[in-house]
Amino acid sequence: GWKRGSSFLPGIDVTDTKLSTSAFLLLHQARAERFFRSDHTNNWAVLVCTSRFWFNYRHVANTLSVYRSVKRLGIPDSHIVLMLADDMACNHRNPKPATVFSHKNMELNVYGDDVEVDYRGYEVTVENFLRVLTGRLPPSTPRSKRLLSDDHSNILIYLTGHGGNGFLKFQDSEEISNVELADAFEQMWQKRRYNELLFIIDTCQGASMYERFYSPNLMALASSQVGEDSLSHQPDLAIGVHLMDRYTFYLLEFLEDIHPASQANMNDLFKVCPKSQCVSTPGHRTDLFQRDPGSVLITDFFGSVRKVEITMETINLTPHTETALAYVDQLPVAQIIHQKPKQKDWHPPDGFILGLWTLILLVFFRTYGIKHLKHIF
Amino acid sequence: TTVTGTRGRSAAVAIAALVIAAGIPLWWKTTETYRAWLPAARISELEALQLELRVEVEVVFARGTLSPEQQKKVPASRITYESCCKSKSLCLVEADHALHTLTETSCGSVVIYIIPEASALLPQDMRVYVGRSRTALLRSQVASVVGAGLPEVLAALDPQMEQVLQTMSFNHQDVTAALTDRLRPGLSTRDSLADSMRAFKSSPGYEITFSLLNPDPKHHQLHWDVEAALDAYIYPLLHKMAPVANFSVDSQILYYAVLGVNPRYDASASAYTLSADSLAHVINPVEARLGSNAASSNPVLNFLLYVPDSLHSPLIIRNDQKQEVASNAFHSPRWGGIMVYNVDGAYGNDTQFPVDIAIDMSRVMGVFLSQLRLMLGFQQTGAPPGFVLEAAGREGVAEWELDRLLWSRSVENVATASASITSLAQLLDQIANIVINDNIAQQVASAVTALQAAVAELEAGNLALALEHSREAISASERAFFDPSLLHLLYFPDDQKFAIYIPLFLPMCVPILLSLLKIFREVQQHRAEKRAKRD
Repeated sequence: GWKRGSSFLPGIDVTDTKLSTSAFLLLHQARAERFFRSDHTNNWAVLVCTSRFWFNYRHVANTLSVYRSVKRLGIPDSHIVLMLADDMACNHRNPKPATVFSHKNMELNVYGDDVEVDYRGYEVTVENFLRVLTGRLPPSTPRSKRLLSDDHSNILIYLTGHGGNGFLKFQDSEEISNVELADAFEQMWQKRRYNELLFIIDTCQGASMYERFYSPNLMALASSQVGEDSLSHQPDLAIGVHLMDRYTFYLLEFLEDIHPASQANMNDLFKVCPKSQCVSTPGHRTDLFQRDPGSVLITDFFGSVRKVEITMETINLTPHTETALAYVDQLPVAQIIHQKPKQKDWHPPDGFILGLWTLILLVFFRTYGIKHLKHIF
Repeated sequence: TTVTGTRGRSAAVAIAALVIAAGIPLWWKTTETYRAWLPAARISELEALQLELRVEVEVVFARGTLSPEQQKKVPASRITYESCCKSKSLCLVEADHALHTLTETSCGSVVIYIIPEASALLPQDMRVYVGRSRTALLRSQVASVVGAGLPEVLAALDPQMEQVLQTMSFNHQDVTAALTDRLRPGLSTRDSLADSMRAFKSSPGYEITFSLLNPDPKHHQLHWDVEAALDAYIYPLLHKMAPVANFSVDSQILYYAVLGVNPRYDASASAYTLSADSLAHVINPVEARLGSNAASSNPVLNFLLYVPDSLHSPLIIRNDQKQEVASNAFHSPRWGGIMVYNVDGAYGNDTQFPVDIAIDMSRVMGVFLSQLRLMLGFQQTGAPPGFVLEAAGREGVAEWELDRLLWSRSVENVATASASITSLAQLLDQIANIVINDNIAQQVASAVTALQAAVAELEAGNLALALEHSREAISASERAFFDPSLLHLLYFPDDQKFAIYIPLFLPMCVPILLSLLKIFREVQQHRAEKRAKRD
């Protein structure tokens, strides 16, 4: 097992040889106040759909609806890592190609034309998911596939798919266990890759996945307890599959009422989808979270409300005299296009080799007698 | 049958011996994970790291501050001071510049000139003047200390010098702010916490993007000479910051880019206004269109210049008290800044559109430069009472301000690097399965060496070297911690190990064990018979 303990560096003692502890910084109190409702300066979202194949349509629709809400509330694509098998929209069995619907009667197309999937198809693996979380990606990975969070980032992690007691199945071929997930979060905490993390999981027996968490500042929600199944919501007869899972459907309804300036807090989120609507019992875990959930706004995780300060100081710069910029001498276009032809290698003229070999054969038969010729022809 | 029996017995024993003596060690060796050696002892030393920061201070007494007896006891006095500052009408800046040329100060050191109480250089109520380079002028009267030698004189000056050093180099607040995420919460003040939230964390490189947003190309044809402006105003600052990080700068123009918020028309000011609360929602819609360099993972600073469209001009920003903001700009911590530049004054109602407008880059860059300073970690200097701090001027930053940043960056780098290494060592210790390649061991060793060198240089007071070593340490430790190979075999539970080995080994081991048991029983029986025969 891991050493589960305090993660503050215990032993750094700073001794300054000459200085006392008096403070001389005079800063405006009002300005400092606005910062401290919450500690984060940017938001990230990691949305993962762990299933593939047509009959798991609802998992893709789940993830895409959360993606839409998160984008609507302000998190830009550059701060969203979306992992989908992405085999629904162009599936041969999709009667409406290039669409993924989340409400029956095809009310809402969550695929749209500006969805940006970062990991698609067979790239959605346990290894890639853990690499994204811990940051151990190969150096050639582009920026859009990385989670470039810092110590003041709030991260939303949403997982959906098929799960069991203590594990989550990835694309029918591998699984991630709750121990691995907890260890990955601990490694994120060790490198201060998040300020606060909200973990939402919509699978069967989802609560088992957050049982083993032990890092600080984690809040978790699951759609069902251990031993219960999460159920899907409604089938669409035209498409032929279930479109959404219940928990995410009611979560989406809840998020529709949230706008960037909304003051709804986490306690409202915990009430989403009670047993009467969801059939399973949603669960949540807040013991590792430092702030009181009632003071945590929904937009702290789902949206991206920036802290803003007015710039009070400017620097007086005198206009400088224009110095003529000298550009490097460029070749004239004609010279660039009509370059000298490449030297081709010299080959002997055609037929020369054929003639050479004929000569060699004739010399051979002349020397050793014509009788050998019949063995050749 | 005894012959075959003995042959059978010896065969079984030989096979069992081979399996135990050769097979088990071979299996153990071949299924071992490769773990290169890590300097565990030195890493555990890092956990109890004590940082000592030393500033070299040179104190120069001007003529008239010391009595003749004290002057004899002071080792070396600068006589040249008077020669350059003879004329009474010398202003402060020129004096500072002249003093600066006298001494060659190394990075991190401070020179304090003590000038007589009656000197006219400083205004009446100011006691200290801090110049653009690493010098400070302190007005004091130490001749009044009776019968004192050099130590007593310096002791009398100590409190004032401490004040100067706390402004110019570092104080307790700065150091704890640099260590905020490594310390228990509650140790740092809210102000320093706000500063640490605003500035970017130490990183090997930063990307800076300057964007011009023109929502109305039909009416405004904007010309901004950004290359020349960057050359003149921004690059000097970035060159000075070269020891801290690498910078890559680019610029772009975005057309038809609108702010996400509708400004309100205020008839009293006859202008459109953006209130302070709506500013937070301006950034997100724009950010989607800004783009960034796909190849690097460095933090990005964005500076946007927004020229409002002709229908919504002029656009002014109001602060919380509903007052106009002089700079007409705002910034967001760890993101960048936005400035609104009104051009409605440049043309009248009946000009032919589109109008050619040249943007005054010195005004724009003045705002961006101050925002850039905040983002990079230069705090808004609150001068203590009685201090005069010289403004930064064209270079954008004074030497002592840069030194302040270097102190806090070095401390931050040392803290982060040691935390990375200790947590990596802990991780590798806990998981016996993980493969430690040679390159990781090498990175860790070089990180530990660089860390120890950085701490030694900080103790010796060589700030530039300390920063270099701390940068090496942090890049090596990050490379080691984030190496992609450290992900394999992370969680290998014991029951899975059994499930793998039992089908392989059990069918083979059962006959061997049974035959050994049979041999053992036969030997027992034989011995029992022998004993019975003897009796």
